[in-house]
Amino acid sequence: MNTTPLWASETFWKKTAIWVTAVSFLLLIVLTFDSMAKVSAGSTARVPAYSVINKKIDYRLNAKLNRYVPVVESDAPLFGKTLSDEEAEKLVTLGKKTFQAKNCINCHTILGNGAYYAPDLTKSWLDPNWVDETNRETLMLAFLQDPAGNARSYGTGRRMPDLGITEDEARGLIAFLKWTAAIDTNGFPHNFKTLYAQENQ
Amino acid sequence: MSVGVLDSRNLNGGQKLAVKYFIVAMVLFVAQILFGLLAAVQFLAPGFLFETLDFSVNRMLHINAMIVWMLYGFIGAVYWFLEEESGVEIVGLKLGEIAFWVLTAAVGVVVLVYLFLQIGAGDDTTRWLINEGREYIEAPRWADIGIVAVMLVFFYNVAGTFSKGRWSGVSGVLTLDLVALVGLYLAGMFYTTNVTVDHYWWWWVVHLWVEATWEVLVGCIMAWSLMKLLGARRKIVQTWLYIEVALMFGSGILGLGHHYFWIGTPEYWFPIGGFFSALEPIPLVAMVVHSIYDAGVHKFKSTNHPALGWVIAHTFGNFFGAGVWGFMHTLPQINLYTHGTQWTASHGHLSFFGAYATINIAFFYLAVQQWRGNVWMGANLADNGWKWKWSMVLLNLGVVGMTVALLIAGYEQSFIERAIEGSTWSGYFAAQTHPWFTQAMFWRLIFGIVTAVGLVLLIWDLATIGARETRPALVIERPEEPGIKAAVVETA
Ligand code: HEM
Ligand code: HEM
Ligand SMILES: [Fe+2]
Repeated sequence: MNTTPLWASETFWKKTAIWVTAVSFLLLIVLTFDSMAKVSAGSTARVPAYSVINKKIDYRLNAKLNRYVPVVESDAPLFGKTLSDEEAEKLVTLGKKTFQAKNCINCHTILGNGAYYAPDLTKSWLDPNWVDETNRETLMLAFLQDPAGNARSYGTGRRMPDLGITEDEARGLIAFLKWTAAIDTNGFPHNFKTLYAQENQ
Repeated sequence: MSVGVLDSRNLNGGQKLAVKYFIVAMVLFVAQILFGLLAAVQFLAPGFLFETLDFSVNRMLHINAMIVWMLYGFIGAVYWFLEEESGVEIVGLKLGEIAFWVLTAAVGVVVLVYLFLQIGAGDDTTRWLINEGREYIEAPRWADIGIVAVMLVFFYNVAGTFSKGRWSGVSGVLTLDLVALVGLYLAGMFYTTNVTVDHYWWWWVVHLWVEATWEVLVGCIMAWSLMKLLGARRKIVQTWLYIEVALMFGSGILGLGHHYFWIGTPEYWFPIGGFFSALEPIPLVAMVVHSIYDAGVHKFKSTNHPALGWVIAHTFGNFFGAGVWGFMHTLPQINLYTHGTQWTASHGHLSFFGAYATINIAFFYLAVQQWRGNVWMGANLADNGWKWKWSMVLLNLGVVGMTVALLIAGYEQSFIERAIEGSTWSGYFAAQTHPWFTQAMFWRLIFGIVTAVGLVLLIWDLATIGARETRPALVIERPEEPGIKAAVVETA
């Protein structure tokens, strides 16, 4: 007997490879359409509209889900100025473009992706490092424009370099980070205590 | 044919172009290691080169040089076997030659801009001309377009040559895989303000490259190398290749979901990403079984010992770096704590080195062998082959040492920064200043230096192995295979 069993047949595996690839890819396309519909800004609560920067944002444990979720609360316009949807999008866009132009991702992570030389920026808007609500905007503006001069470093000696960030760009970055903090990241990072939580302790 | 001297008359048209690609690949490999060392020093001495060559610049050059040198190696490998596999001369080789110089000039300009301009204003010009600011694909848009144009020429060479000559299982898989590989790059070539959408498509490029299309590409290169090195039978090799494609794409395509746990995407990615990515190690096990089985069947009698050594390093490196290290943090329940820590860097180092640096190095050895007139590279090399053996030991030891150091740092971060401190900035720095972390960074640098020494030896060896050797390569009989002239010695 010299017939090749099915499991060792070249043509069988060739067909299997084609089918498996095609079906997997098709499923990925379908899932991608669904995901895109659910994550475009403002379409669902997962990724909020850019005008969320007009609101107070917090990040708290949801006891039912046992997971941390962003909470959008009362009005709290960024830099004290309520923006229209277009104005908000424009400001966040300036921030995102600056984020890319200054290569932030090669020291920091955002959404947990990037480099590990500096802290994650996903919830940086809510970080207790900014002391409290009243100081936050001023501190962030000052820090971004002169990071080395305002470095905290926490004993590592690591400082953020001067990236030539202008005041406008700094405002854009802060808007971008505030908006990012409102994204529902399925509970990452876990157990993060915001500056509001620390205030209340 | 001149045995023992580097002579381009020993090479066919595609191979002449391939060695150009290999030389640039080695130069960029050196650059990768140099910038990696600078970045590693900065973890220990943050003032080092501060505001001159910042960590971000060094790291960007480190990972970009890596991606580009590996792609150069792959392209070179394909040009290398294109004529033998197709049975005809390369279609449009002149154009391929021009594409090489265009690509290399573009890479040179991008590196200079990274080094001297580094960053720009927060507008569109910066993304087009200086830096796109997205990890691994930082190349500015003009360069992206150039890269795609060059890849199209490369694709034309490949598809045109196989169409004119003959198709085989290996060439069919290779050609379709290249379509996917180039197509995926396009997914990274647009701007969006929505950071979730940005990361969604960014992972299409990064994950679907390294965990799908690159794996299949090296599968093709491995298949060809096993036939060449060991005289393995085509039918067996190709059947394995199809099995690997089915398993790799079947797990890797939807395994993409393991990057969609925390970026704002819906929750259904938890089960999908967790399940399919957990299956990804299976094809990698299959590859180990396949190559070791083949090597065993042929009693490890190969035409090129260093190349076979690196092929075996590849199968184990791929299995451990991607399969085991990847599996360990791929379930969402674990990834919640390890995500974005040195744990990830540990996996990144072992996987990229183990899966992709190794196979490229194996191919470099195949290339110098032929370049020196298909010279002897079996047992009893001059000086007992100490250079290739030691460089192999040092490179592997160095990378494994770094991997372990980073793993320890990653565990420490997962516990202290993530679990206990809840990932605030002060939590981050609490983990960074812990002795377990700083010691790990010290050992990473030490093993990085070991890696660098291994690389120096590797270059020395590649430049000298087979020189003044008079024995021709071992002849392996391949009666059933008319295509590949496995180590058949042409008479002078
Ligand atoms: C040769 C193949 C592979 C290579 C080269 C590779 C490389 C990488 C790299 C460089 C990263 C970090 C990306 C970043 O900078 O953010 C990464 C992340 C990751 N990889 Fe792989 N990988 C491979 C295969 C795998 C496999 C087979 C698995 C799972 C079984 C896996 C699981 C993961 C996971 C879960 C992450 C995310 C880590 C995090 O959450 O921070 N990888 N991989
Ligand atoms: C002298 C040897 C090396 C040193 C000192 C070194 C150092 C570094 C440093 C400091 C980083 C930045 C990590 C961070 O953001 O905290 C890095 C990232 C990286 N390196 Fe290396 N490296 C070396 C060799 C290699 C090799 C041989 C490879 C692969 C072939 C490699 C692949 C990577 C990858 C993929 C990343 C990104 C990891 C991630 O984002 O998760 N490195 N390396
Ligand atoms: Fe992945």
